[in-house]
Amino acid sequence: MGKIEWAMWANEQALASGLILLTGGIVGVAGQFAGWQFAAYGVAAGVFVCLLEYPRGRRAKGTSVERTGQYCLTVCVKAFGPITRNYYVRAFLHAALCVPGGFMLATVLGCVCLGIASLIYLLAAIRGEQWLPILPKTETREKPRESIKEPPQNPPPRPPADLRRKRLEDVEGAAYVNPIPVTGSED
Amino acid sequence: MGNWLANDGLSFFVILVWLGINAFLFVHFYMQFLVERWFYSRAILGQALPWARAPAACLNFNCMLILLPVCRNLLSFLRGSIQRCSRSAARQLDRNLTFHKLVAYMIALHTAIHILAHLFNFERFMDAQLDKNDTLQYVLSQIGNGDNRSYLNPIRTKDTNPTYVMFTTIAGLTGVFMTLALILMITSSTEVIRRSYFEVFWFTHHLFVIFFIGLVLHGIGRIVRGQTPTSFQENNPAECEKYYREWGKNGTFCPVPNFAGNPPMTWKWVVGPMFLYLCERVVRFVRSQQKVVVMHPSRTLELQMRMKGFKMEVGQYVFMQCPSISQLEWHPFTLTSAPEEDHFSVHIRIVGDWTEALYKMPLFFFLMAIDGPFGTASEDVFRYEVVMLVGAGIGVTPFASILKSVWYKYVQQNANVFTRKIYFYWLCPETEAFEWFADLLQSLEGQMVEKGLTDFLSCNIYLTRWKESEAAHFTVHHEAENDPITGLKQKTLYGKPNWTTEFNNIAAKHNGAKVGVFLCGPLGLAKTLGKQCRTHSVSGVKFIFNKENF
Repeated sequence: MGKIEWAMWANEQALASGLILLTGGIVGVAGQFAGWQFAAYGVAAGVFVCLLEYPRGRRAKGTSVERTGQYCLTVCVKAFGPITRNYYVRAFLHAALCVPGGFMLATVLGCVCLGIASLIYLLAAIRGEQWLPILPKTETREKPRESIKEPPQNPPPRPPADLRRKRLEDVEGAAYVNPIPVTGSED
Repeated sequence: MGNWLANDGLSFFVILVWLGINAFLFVHFYMQFLVERWFYSRAILGQALPWARAPAACLNFNCMLILLPVCRNLLSFLRGSIQRCSRSAARQLDRNLTFHKLVAYMIALHTAIHILAHLFNFERFMDAQLDKNDTLQYVLSQIGNGDNRSYLNPIRTKDTNPTYVMFTTIAGLTGVFMTLALILMITSSTEVIRRSYFEVFWFTHHLFVIFFIGLVLHGIGRIVRGQTPTSFQENNPAECEKYYREWGKNGTFCPVPNFAGNPPMTWKWVVGPMFLYLCERVVRFVRSQQKVVVMHPSRTLELQMRMKGFKMEVGQYVFMQCPSISQLEWHPFTLTSAPEEDHFSVHIRIVGDWTEALYKMPLFFFLMAIDGPFGTASEDVFRYEVVMLVGAGIGVTPFASILKSVWYKYVQQNANVFTRKIYFYWLCPETEAFEWFADLLQSLEGQMVEKGLTDFLSCNIYLTRWKESEAAHFTVHHEAENDPITGLKQKTLYGKPNWTTEFNNIAAKHNGAKVGVFLCGPLGLAKTLGKQCRTHSVSGVKFIFNKENF
């Protein structure tokens, strides 16, 4: 299990928790349940968590897959620098955000899920992971290679060694006539 | 239209039937809670009661279904039996994982509806207890307080709150555990997590055990209560509802109503599949272990094994476990040997933790457990007259088995084989990792030339990536008799195949035939080939698309 980036799972869990907290909050407010103020909080906290967690971070190893349309939010989240980069901050933030949700039935599920996400983020932080933005690479066009502009200076390269070795039984097939006259390398 | 029906019709029909059953159960159980027997319950809860019960019924149905598509051994057995009657029915069983995911989504949806409805139920039960003394809801909530009757309102006092009640009832507590298990399973099953960190997905998914335990226990508290039939005779809500202040008092004709909870039903739905799945896990465990012989060409490991009673078909795969690396990890590998050989083999490419550990393991530590073989679409190859085999990269491995089997059948046994022509396409970024396969093709080619059967197999190898240094060598060797990369008479082609041209040629040469197209490769290629099959299945020629995936 050495190469797992826990932050990836923490991110999925936190995003789901945000949605659950939001849904519970909406129902609590719309149904005018007792303690609806906590539900209203749930709506606000849910939206905040969703916005924070929607942009997926860049993986340290391997290709990163963006969520659709996450570029704008990536830029926003990146703007907060170390506060959003550091997973200890996220772990404690989610732990703090989830507490008020525990006071009302409609938001209690969101509370527990966000608490679990906080724990996974803590694990990620302990393992030294951090949030890096997925940004499109600014590519410069490659200059056309020198060899295209000028005629080749050297004879054509020989085939890789093992291919040559393979053809021992077919020596004639392995031989080739070099169509370009070979000049000495002192030129 | 015919080509779509041939390829996807049966799947579409299965999904339609499944959705229909879901819709029927929802509506049927919704209506069941609209009858008069539930009048007093609805007096407190309103429509939230049927809105909670209807998805509960759908959840029973879907939780019954969810375990079945992952009983690999059972499916393999079914596939073998059904195959004799209907090839397309057997092919449906290859889409088991897709169905498993669909059922999972449905479970998530119904869970959401169920929970939201119960939020209202809890709130309304609480309100009823907090109500003024002279409302129907309040009176109903007092039934069961020291009068030897069974209660209607599970919230027994006004000095509590819904959250506390949820954590202190069996239904509430099991509900919480089930929902948490479900959410954790879902968040760790997203494509990103599965493809990058399979172990997180695999281990977390075992939370389904907690889910099913919670599911079976969820209803034993009998918290959903309706009027008993006998009470209904004596206290008919249509007549007695208005006189709730006088129930049971002397001189009235309406006694106090009696309530009882419904017995738990879920276990009846899920006990069968749970048992089947338990058998499945036992079967996997019991499969025997065997010492293996190992060969190490380049970064590919070939394991050749012998096991008594092991029977395989072409293109099947096995799951392998090495207890000294990990007790819990089982990994799938395609069998690269043919059924006609006296041993079975797998070729393993070294790409991750487990395969690295396997590569470094000294010979005498080798003890492995094998589970399988399991069927894939490749088994159907010999049922088609004309066959297109497309393998991309490591996806070529199932075809190793098929081609070897072809060699044995035709060349050694001279058996009457239904398949007349095989078009083989191998898309490869580099050939070094698959030297073993190139050797196999060379050997096959030689044999075919000897027996004069060169027309049977048409090999098309496409090298999709190459280095500058190699490119010059290829151009120089263009005229050589044997291909400079593979050593085959059939020349290696560069770049990607033009599928439209290929399909057109095959359609033109084999008018009136059913052509089986078999792919083991990436999703993008699957979409391309699927589309090609549909567009070219016209006027006589039918291209049937079979895709293998793990």
